[in-house]
Amino acid sequence: MRNLLPVLTIVAAIFALWYGSAVALNAQWARDQAARAGQDLTISALVADTWSQDKPKLPAPHQVAAEIWKTTGEMVLEGRGFSKRSLFYHSWITFSATALGFLLGTGLGIALAIGIVYNRTMDMSVMPWVIASQTIPILAIAPMIIVVLNAVGISGLLPKAMISMYLSFFPVVVGMVKGLRSPGAMQLDQMRTWNASASQTFWRLRLPSSMPYLFTSLKVGMAASLVGAIVGELPTGAVAGLGARLLAGSYYGQTIQIWSALIMAATLAAVLVGLIGLIQRITLKRMGMA
Amino acid sequence: MTTNTVISARDLSLTFQTNDGPVHALKDVSLDVEKGDFVSFIGPSGCGKTTFLRCMADLEHPTGGTMTVNGISPEEARKSRAYGYVFQAAGLYPWRTIGGNIRLPLEIMGYAHDDQDARVKRVLELVDLAGFERKYPWQLSGGMQQRASIARALAFDADILLMDEPFGALDEIVRDHLNEQLLQLWERTNKTICFVTHSIPEAVYLSTRIVVMSPRPGRITDVIESTLPRERPLGIRETPEFLEIAHRVREGLRAGHGDEV
Repeated sequence: MRNLLPVLTIVAAIFALWYGSAVALNAQWARDQAARAGQDLTISALVADTWSQDKPKLPAPHQVAAEIWKTTGEMVLEGRGFSKRSLFYHSWITFSATALGFLLGTGLGIALAIGIVYNRTMDMSVMPWVIASQTIPILAIAPMIIVVLNAVGISGLLPKAMISMYLSFFPVVVGMVKGLRSPGAMQLDQMRTWNASASQTFWRLRLPSSMPYLFTSLKVGMAASLVGAIVGELPTGAVAGLGARLLAGSYYGQTIQIWSALIMAATLAAVLVGLIGLIQRITLKRMGMA
Repeated sequence: MTTNTVISARDLSLTFQTNDGPVHALKDVSLDVEKGDFVSFIGPSGCGKTTFLRCMADLEHPTGGTMTVNGISPEEARKSRAYGYVFQAAGLYPWRTIGGNIRLPLEIMGYAHDDQDARVKRVLELVDLAGFERKYPWQLSGGMQQRASIARALAFDADILLMDEPFGALDEIVRDHLNEQLLQLWERTNKTICFVTHSIPEAVYLSTRIVVMSPRPGRITDVIESTLPRERPLGIRETPEFLEIAHRVREGLRAGHGDEV
């Protein structure tokens, strides 16, 4: 309860800024409309107009909230919670690509990290490529991944998941390399005195030691994965998914739709990252490392 | 060297190549440790006492001379799990219970499950930690954690116990208590113990033989046979005999130090 006040203060500040900016950004359109109709615009009428335009430059929070409610809660109440116009449906599409890409990326990341830690050649050769891979703008490479995969007959969920994977494996590699190397010289010597095999050292010492690093990486990886899935939906002309909603919104100047998709994406990211945080807390507590 | 010799070193040398030139961690060290001995290694930092212990454990590789452990090479001895090694820090895994930590080497060495249970129970009683099997390391004090780590080194069938300043990080009161317990443990298990320390009273109180070492290059300056009886109450540290041995150790340390200046 004690941190409720600071949080609410920040939220209030954001809303104030948001409403203020909405007035400032949308005022021009309101004035033009009034001038065309030959009317004088009072301040209160101006403010009321800027907060209720159909295609505002910046929609007011309540407009976005109303749109989100219309495409989520209201549709659920009507029993069409999963229709193609529902944000739940689009979120699900994006989520499935995010989740698959996240799993692939985590798997690839852990595999690469194990290779780097155990193999000197990989240690010297792979890491620079891993870093180089992240310097390529994902927007540039995403269409190519989609096109190439399409050419070999792979379409649908997997190409988007590949882009998610491309973004999410990186933090996992970096975190896991550090994590698997975290046992000290003494702990490794200890394993040697017991004549432990490499796999025993891995499963009993290196892997458990790396858990705190893994979870931190997973949080970053999950957020990156969601970005990847949304980016993957942009160049494909996808008809479903939060990325498709963003794209459609920008085609038709539907700013309210864009913002509601954005908020939905942010909420999805918060839920997913929060979920990993929860698993992290439970796991590390049970492991006595929290 | 007799048939009872457990560890034997002949002209053992170890030189580290560093950027500042070679460092002679050990030079021409010769020593025999007999079965059932409690040998302490004492000397200032850099005298090679830990390095010597690590050579026995095959954690360092000598660059000259020969060494045998149980009559075979240190590497073979390590692979046949001939010794238990206790480090300065307890090094318990936080994600395992005390029982789980002691079970760890047993799992690695492939002991049967029932046998593991029995051994964990037995060594926990040996170090006076019965009833702590299900506790986690953070629930134990530093001294108790170190006792658990000794229990872990005792759990499997190794006749040799190598201890590298195991009580170095503990306060004096806990240290006294653990020293007393360690002697009882040695008495009961009849292991051969090599013990690195930089505390003179600790070395004299525990050992049947005290090996005094000096640095640059690391070498043995004196080997003192203790005349104290095997039965040693803590009070023995006030006796003239004890003080005399301690005096001789101190002399040996000073002599080794004098060379250097």
